[in-house]
Amino acid sequence: MRPLRFLSRVGFYLLVLLVFVYLVFPFYWAVVSSLKDPQELFATPVTYWPKHLRWQNYLDVFTMQPFGRNLLNSAVVAGTTTLLALLVGSFAAYALGRFRFFGKRPIYYAILAVTMFPQISVLGGMYVLIKTLGLYNTWWALIFSYMIFTLPFTVWVLTSFVREIPRELEEAAYVDGATPVQVLFLVLLPLMAPGLVTAGLLAFIGAWNEFLFALTFTVDDRARTVPVAIAFFSGASQYELPWAQIMAASVIVTVPLIVLVLIFQQRIIAGLTAGAVKG
Amino acid sequence: MARRSLTKRQAQIAWVFLAPTQLILLVVAAYPLFRTFQLSLYRANLLDYPLRPEWVGLANYVYLIQDAYWWISVKNTVIFTVVSVVLETVLGLGIALLVNARFPLRGAMRTAMLIPWAIPTVVSAQMWRWMYNDVYGVVNDLLLRLHLIARPLAWLADPHLVLPAVIAVDVWKTTPFMALLLLAGLQSIPEELYEAARVDGAGALQQFWFITLPLLVPALLVALIFRTLDALRVFDVIYVMTGVNPSTMSMSVYARQQLVDFGDLGYGSAISTGIFLIIALFVVLYLTALRVEVD
Repeated sequence: MRPLRFLSRVGFYLLVLLVFVYLVFPFYWAVVSSLKDPQELFATPVTYWPKHLRWQNYLDVFTMQPFGRNLLNSAVVAGTTTLLALLVGSFAAYALGRFRFFGKRPIYYAILAVTMFPQISVLGGMYVLIKTLGLYNTWWALIFSYMIFTLPFTVWVLTSFVREIPRELEEAAYVDGATPVQVLFLVLLPLMAPGLVTAGLLAFIGAWNEFLFALTFTVDDRARTVPVAIAFFSGASQYELPWAQIMAASVIVTVPLIVLVLIFQQRIIAGLTAGAVKG
Repeated sequence: MARRSLTKRQAQIAWVFLAPTQLILLVVAAYPLFRTFQLSLYRANLLDYPLRPEWVGLANYVYLIQDAYWWISVKNTVIFTVVSVVLETVLGLGIALLVNARFPLRGAMRTAMLIPWAIPTVVSAQMWRWMYNDVYGVVNDLLLRLHLIARPLAWLADPHLVLPAVIAVDVWKTTPFMALLLLAGLQSIPEELYEAARVDGAGALQQFWFITLPLLVPALLVALIFRTLDALRVFDVIYVMTGVNPSTMSMSVYARQQLVDFGDLGYGSAISTGIFLIIALFVVLYLTALRVEVD
């Protein structure tokens, strides 16, 4: 019995190790590749750790590519989108989570349905609208179009948080003569902080990672965001992709996300499972 | 009387609070959707400004039904969806069961599970594209060392390998997410049930079959439907890894090519509308299957 148990324990840990390596290896490989010099990167057999670390690749991303500008674009677009979605979404979540009124159910369903929208189904109409409004190739084109997936999702997550807050505090505030807006901002929002962090984080990650709209509504580095830049990194010739730089840029944009995930993992998991949202 | 006016006032406030969200969704979702549908009945060039749409009725749809490339993209999307969702569910369930056991470093494992999810799809597509490189790629190197292949394979150039290669990337990126959803489901199963089963002499397999699986069905269903909807609209991973290529192009990739690259606003919109209808069907299915509670 004893040796059998020992063996199954070893098997279990081997399996855990295997899964761990499977999950982490591609990121490890990006880090390793981002630190290799060109001779080593384009050599066979493949080496699993760089012979010398070439940090220069990380500088090249900023000097040989307009990556600083792309990062700025992404930060402004994702940040503004998130703040706007949280602000507007809080009001809607308060209404949906607390008030009883006729027509609530259809509205709730409509908002829920928009979260499942395929972005491609509005691409043509959105393109024409953005051109008409003169937003093409600007930050606003992206902030504007990103509302389609951040706002309904934010409303949905926040509504579930509003429902969990006890009514007594609000009622006391109303008795004291507070207006609904005051109640929302002074009583509810502080209590909703965990919900705001969760929804905000997921909205930010969604906007930061978005590709289809960014690809279609921008033409140059004035508004081009990080995902589009990384997809289009080009080298000296068409056949020589600057893989070390691509990997360095990939690591640069992924590290902040991993740090956020490490800090807020409980919240993210709670938000993902409560809302069961798309990844 | 007082009660009625209170209800009325509540409704007024609620509508005022909902107004900004509704207005924004009307402008960014409902209107572009309607406009796309409308444009699908015209012939129009994306580059014309202002647009000069020419009414063609259902001609774009008639063409769509006969368009071999459209059907290829539908086929690719269906293969991508079925294979990736099945693999992700099975592997995700396996990983969830593994991580549900108590062991040291379990926290580290859960963190590792969030990494593929947090990496932007475009970035993971580029990472894997480099790993799949036929000469300098690590995938070939590893498989050669393990003697699983005899010579390097051109993963992204071989028409038979490229779709499986892309699916493998989606599986890598999404399985952990699936596992996290299922893990939450597993952890909501009361421990007492297992204890009772053990007292009755049920083995591990029986416990899994008669307790875990039936109680996991709701979580499994949610995860499954969400993944299906997501997979049906796949764009990023395919576009970045292979560009527009008949061996891999999904419905979304094909629609964007017609719409943007070829500037065919009318036909591109007809494809978009087709995709919308297909996915809407699944959304209705989802909403009825889950009967989401409002109150």
